[in-house]
Amino acid sequence: MTVKSVGTVETQFYEYAQHPHELKLECGKKLGPVTLAYETYGTLNKERSNAVLVLHALSMDAHAAGFHKGDKNPGWWDALIGPGKALDTGKYFVICSNVIGGCKGSTGPSSINPKTGKPYGLEFPIITISDMVLAQKHLVDHLGIKKLLCVVGGSMGGMQVLEWVRSYPDCVRSAIPIATALKHSPQQIGFDEVGRQAVMADPAWNKGDYYGKETPERGLAIARMIGHITYMSDKSMEQKFSRRLVEKNYSFSFETDFEVEGYLRYRSDSFVKRFDANSYLYITKAMDYFDLSGGKLIPSGKMIDVRFLVIAFKSDWLYPSYQSQEIVRYLKIYGLDATYCEINSTYGHDAFLLEINEEAHLIKHFLDKTYLGYDVARKHD
Amino acid sequence: MTDNIRIDHRIISGIISSGAKVLDLGCGAGDLLFLLVGEKNAKVQGIELNEQSIYKCVEKGLSVFHSDVDSGLPEYPDKSFDFVILNQSLQETHRVEFVLNEALRVGKKVIVGVPNFAHYRSRSQLFFRGRAPVTPSLPYGWHNSPNLHFLSITDFADYCKAHGINVEQTFFTAGNNTVKFWPNMLATAGIFVISR
Repeated sequence: MTVKSVGTVETQFYEYAQHPHELKLECGKKLGPVTLAYETYGTLNKERSNAVLVLHALSMDAHAAGFHKGDKNPGWWDALIGPGKALDTGKYFVICSNVIGGCKGSTGPSSINPKTGKPYGLEFPIITISDMVLAQKHLVDHLGIKKLLCVVGGSMGGMQVLEWVRSYPDCVRSAIPIATALKHSPQQIGFDEVGRQAVMADPAWNKGDYYGKETPERGLAIARMIGHITYMSDKSMEQKFSRRLVEKNYSFSFETDFEVEGYLRYRSDSFVKRFDANSYLYITKAMDYFDLSGGKLIPSGKMIDVRFLVIAFKSDWLYPSYQSQEIVRYLKIYGLDATYCEINSTYGHDAFLLEINEEAHLIKHFLDKTYLGYDVARKHD
Repeated sequence: MTDNIRIDHRIISGIISSGAKVLDLGCGAGDLLFLLVGEKNAKVQGIELNEQSIYKCVEKGLSVFHSDVDSGLPEYPDKSFDFVILNQSLQETHRVEFVLNEALRVGKKVIVGVPNFAHYRSRSQLFFRGRAPVTPSLPYGWHNSPNLHFLSITDFADYCKAHGINVEQTFFTAGNNTVKFWPNMLATAGIFVISR
């Protein structure tokens, strides 16, 4: 364990929305009771003004930093969260919240439906990004925080960031959407739909009713393979694999010849062990429904005072930088304080997890200045 | 400290009114904007193409948009800034006329700082040595210069006249001094406060 780690951490669970206080979802249905998995790092100050909410992407979880007991690998954004790091746990109280619809400890399609005593499966209501944020708002209220210093996240986490601003502008002081978009484009929806079709084409999927039986592993693995390709870039794949072979010569069969094939198979096989196929369907659908374009991010007539740092990555073709620029231009129209940087990276969409130095530098300084006050350039040189 | 401040920054800070809204096109590492916040309590933001400069701006707590200025300023309403600054950046843009019109649209006043390619040292290098000038204020060779347009102080004044742009104030500098006499020959840079 390194010195700069938050150390050993445990996922916590907030249970709420018991009958008759169920969550009212965007689709019109109700969901309850709800469990939301989350982790916290650092200490909430007396004024409760140092809370930073970290939101994760499609396949991640509440374990963003530190080590679970017995684990060798730290949380998914450990490089950014910890003592002296960009999200400095010596200064800030960092919360990472899971999403509803997932399978990482929060209520989702694999949870037990209280009405039937069996896993929800497709009985689970369709959820949206706005529903995920609604569920998180209950958690933030539960933690006694009225205003978050910052809401930060990449990819789908970035969508949640934007949704937080739309839903609760008065509860957010600053926002850092990374490698994300105001809405999913047809290309993004297209990739998601291919993933969903792969899952649903697996006979084991059985219309979502597979819990306790054979699971649709092949379908989910294929969905994940497609996903992985879209998270990398042409250049990063060339650098990582080129045309290198697993064995010395071609096998002249459909065995794994190329390293890239082996990588995709290995990564997707490990993914299906930790992720529920139905959750994959529900969460990708939530992303596809997401659309805060055309004036929806900031309700008309509403005065909002949120500082933005918008980050994109040059080689990200899944969430191209023009989508981040759209967010910034939109914020500028409303006269909001927004900084935008397109970080030069070859990692593709994965850059928000890998291109840490530049990202951390921007986040650290932006957050420090926000924490110290808005007129920072003058007061804190 | 005041002593270390570039003369063009000192002049521009003198032009900016207290509490003004300022947009700096090609703001670099944000030194000028930082000065304007400190000295004039200005509400500032910048646009800058260089990634490393963006990091420096964020370190200063400045709000900056990583972009070129050639794509225009469609996100800013008319006259939404008291001042738009184009200091030593206009000659590096592709679409000078478009950028200048955009600056004049969103800014009540525009401050343009241009290098003077007709300074006597440049003239003499061109005339006597027969080579494209390389001087302290124009330090680049013909092959690696970021400058896409080569203009003199008189050229810019003529342009304003021909395009119905009001020149409200002018300042001329050479090195760290101001120049009052025969600027097109003796100044290395000019600062114009213009409006439309």
